[in-house]
Amino acid sequence: MSNNLQTFTKGLVKENPILVLLLGCCPTLATTTSAINGMSMGLATTFVLIMSNLVISLLKGFIPDKVRIPCFIVVIASFVTIVQLVMQAYVPDIYETLGLFIPLIVVNCIVLGRAEAFASKNPVFPSILDGAGMGLGFTFALTILGCIRELLGSGSMFGFRILPETANILLFILPPGAFICLGFLIAIVNQFRKESH
Amino acid sequence: MVVALLVITAVSGGLLGLVYGMTKDTIAEVDLKKNQAAIEAVLKTDTPIDRIEETIVDDLTYNLAYDAQGNLLGAAVKTYSNAGFSGRIELMVGLLVDGTINAVSVLSQSETPGLGANMVNPKFKDQFNGKNPASYNLSVKKDGGDVDAITAATISSRAFTGAVKMACDSFEANKSKFMKGGQQ
Repeated sequence: MSNNLQTFTKGLVKENPILVLLLGCCPTLATTTSAINGMSMGLATTFVLIMSNLVISLLKGFIPDKVRIPCFIVVIASFVTIVQLVMQAYVPDIYETLGLFIPLIVVNCIVLGRAEAFASKNPVFPSILDGAGMGLGFTFALTILGCIRELLGSGSMFGFRILPETANILLFILPPGAFICLGFLIAIVNQFRKESH
Repeated sequence: MVVALLVITAVSGGLLGLVYGMTKDTIAEVDLKKNQAAIEAVLKTDTPIDRIEETIVDDLTYNLAYDAQGNLLGAAVKTYSNAGFSGRIELMVGLLVDGTINAVSVLSQSETPGLGANMVNPKFKDQFNGKNPASYNLSVKKDGGDVDAITAATISSRAFTGAVKMACDSFEANKSKFMKGGQQ
């Protein structure tokens, strides 16, 4: 049981996909212009991660080793398309802002990485936990990054205005701001990890 | 090997078809509702609209508004620009019979949040309201026109203004065709 718990929590902190493994940085940098965008992107990816881990773990005996990558991609792409259609139908506003980045979840290295490194070698239940942990870790990092960038760049958080418009630092909602924020976040996380060792 | 791939792709395909079928209607409905809301928003005046007719001229979709007597009140023109900073910008421009811009509504855009995306704010888009292109130069101030561009987003402002201008010019050239009763 403690093993299962570890499988789940390692994605949150110790092996956080963004802050520690630095996987899947493309959507991270691009979609975190606001807290809500970061969070929606994270949750969409979490869903895909859990479902693809689940299915790939179930199919691991059936998929021949030689064609495993195409099989993984097909499974992942199917779930991404499902997320895309469902979002388009039920949350059109978020779908519009995330737009291009939803289909790009297909090539997000975290998803394929977890399929290859974990789900294809482990039973179903731990695979689901691994997907959930990694996904929530990803969501957590994206939401934090989105909060910081939205606060500094647009003076609001989750759409609520906190700072006056004159205090906006435009840089933070532009691509360089994403790199700067991510750099500082990783530095802080590294400091904590060093101390806890 | 081939069998495994085939089975996986076939099952995935079937599943996708199923989800597509389930969400298709909702997606169409959402799009339609959005379009409808935009048409109503940009055509809103004191005169009640009796009916709205849709027609395509110059590659632009016109929603022509008529009163009960069949007089043309104005048109909501769906226009676009590919000159934005990132991706296509789609606008619904409400025009009155004399060519005056009634209101503009943004249908879709993917400009930079905090910069070009501010085109959806009233501060920028409502400056067009009540302006007549005959006396109002539809280009940004940097290009010698009358439009106040969004700070640090001249490209987006230019694209937006260009799209509005395209709608105005097309309406001006074609409005005589729509005048009396349309194609009843």
